[in-house]
Amino acid sequence: MKIHVTDREGGEHEVEATNGWRVMEIIRDAGLPITAECGGACACATCHVYVDPAWVAKLEERGEEENDMLDLAFEVQENSRLSCQIMFDPSLDGLKVTLAPE
Amino acid sequence: MSTQPIRTDVTIVGAGPCGLFAVFELGLLDLKCHLVDILDRPGGQCAELYPEKPIYDIPAISVCTGQELTDKLMAQITPFEPTFHLNQMAESLEKTADGWWRLTTDIGTVLESKVLVIAAGGGSFVPKKPPIKGIEDFEGRSVFYAVRKMDQFRGKHLVIAGGGDSALDWALNLQPLAASVTLVHRRDEFRAAPDSVNKMRALVAEGQMRLEIAQIASLEGADGQLSGVVLKDKERGEWPLACDTLLAFYGLTMKLGPVAEFGLNLHENLIPVDTEKFQSSTEGIFAIGDINWYPGKLKLILSGFHEAALMAQAAVRVAYPERKIRFQYTTSSTDLQQKLGVA
Ligand SMILES: Cc1cc2nc3c(=O)[nH]c(=O)nc-3n(C[C@H](O)[C@H](O)[C@H](O)COP(=O)(O)OP(=O)(O)OC[C@H]3O[C@@H](n4cnc5c(N)ncnc54)[C@H](O)[C@@H]3O)c2cc1C
Ligand code: FES
Repeated sequence: MKIHVTDREGGEHEVEATNGWRVMEIIRDAGLPITAECGGACACATCHVYVDPAWVAKLEERGEEENDMLDLAFEVQENSRLSCQIMFDPSLDGLKVTLAPE
Repeated sequence: MSTQPIRTDVTIVGAGPCGLFAVFELGLLDLKCHLVDILDRPGGQCAELYPEKPIYDIPAISVCTGQELTDKLMAQITPFEPTFHLNQMAESLEKTADGWWRLTTDIGTVLESKVLVIAAGGGSFVPKKPPIKGIEDFEGRSVFYAVRKMDQFRGKHLVIAGGGDSALDWALNLQPLAASVTLVHRRDEFRAAPDSVNKMRALVAEGQMRLEIAQIASLEGADGQLSGVVLKDKERGEWPLACDTLLAFYGLTMKLGPVAEFGLNLHENLIPVDTEKFQSSTEGIFAIGDINWYPGKLKLILSGFHEAALMAQAAVRVAYPERKIRFQYTTSSTDLQQKLGVA
């Protein structure tokens, strides 16, 4: 299973995904530049990504805590998510995300 | 504007959980500590990033929150009367002619000690800066991330960005002084204390404050002086808003900061130490907690506690080489119990 990550310079990366991991962890484990300062506790907003519009509806909606924490992110859009709050499972094979500016 | 140097046994950079527990271990060995932290309160990440979230892996404490852990550590170290220098960045380090470490903070506190413990965690907490093109040119002159003196903003046309307590508190506090205040936030919901939100909404209703639900797209101005910001949202596109000052409150992030200039060897922004003494490449300078690195390092609070205990044994030998140290348990040593104020 894979996810596709576009970095801040526009570079594209196909990354091996593991069932049950947070998307943030998958990105971090691949060595891509994601700060994820709080390690996935929904407490820092430094794991902000944009989800490809085709995938937005396939994800569970943002929780209230995630929405609050997005106040600390920049350039927030409708498809903004904190990648530590997206749990990867096989239905997300092929997910496309872009790292947000920081 | 440096003040008279304060001499003490140990200076600790960072009042996170590991810096706090170091006070305890050093205290049992009769070493007095002064701590420096840029935050306005002790607790480091536990107090700043997750005060209300649970921690489950502190030995013998099945669960406690980040703030509870901090409070318990503060209670535990009370007998040793540590001195805190908060709201200050440990900025520079030098060695005195007579062999003491002299640490100076950004507001001029000078601490001299035989032992320096770096417990700087993930680095000092500094404000997050919005990735807006050219913002650096305005910083310090018309763009700010903190308020040190309110009077600086008297008569200004302020834009305050953010939706948490800092943004709301400063919008409310500066509103009476400023020529105008516009609060800019990405959505019409606020994480700040409900009371502040109500006060803000009342001012907006009376026309004493403006509220824009938008994000900042770009800045306008020249030579460091803002003349306005450009706001944007999905429906309305982009539009200008005149102002002369921007205050942005998007929370804090950790940056290694001045510790990088202390002349220590670094490994990917961490301080390599040995696992006997947790000493850096420089004698008398120790590093514990998240800031250090050694093979197998885990960034866990319990690892930092262990590191503090071993560091203290080495630190006392640096500070007082002539002293004979014996190993004692707090359970059975009346000497230790006296220090703790329980015997
Ligand atoms: C959301 C979250 C959940 C976590 N959960 C757990 C968990 O369940 N269990 C666990 O064991 N760990 C957990 N951790 C990790 C744990 O919080 C850290 O390991 C711990 O805080 C490290 O403590 P420390 O004292 O080394 O540094 P920190 O807590 O990072 O404190 C360092 C302090 O030093 C200050 N500082 C740095 N440089 C300077 C300077 N130059 N001048 C002035 N001040 C300076 C900083 O402002 C900061 O206050 C979690 C972390 C996060 C973010
Ligand atoms: S890693 Fe901190 S909010 Fe996701």
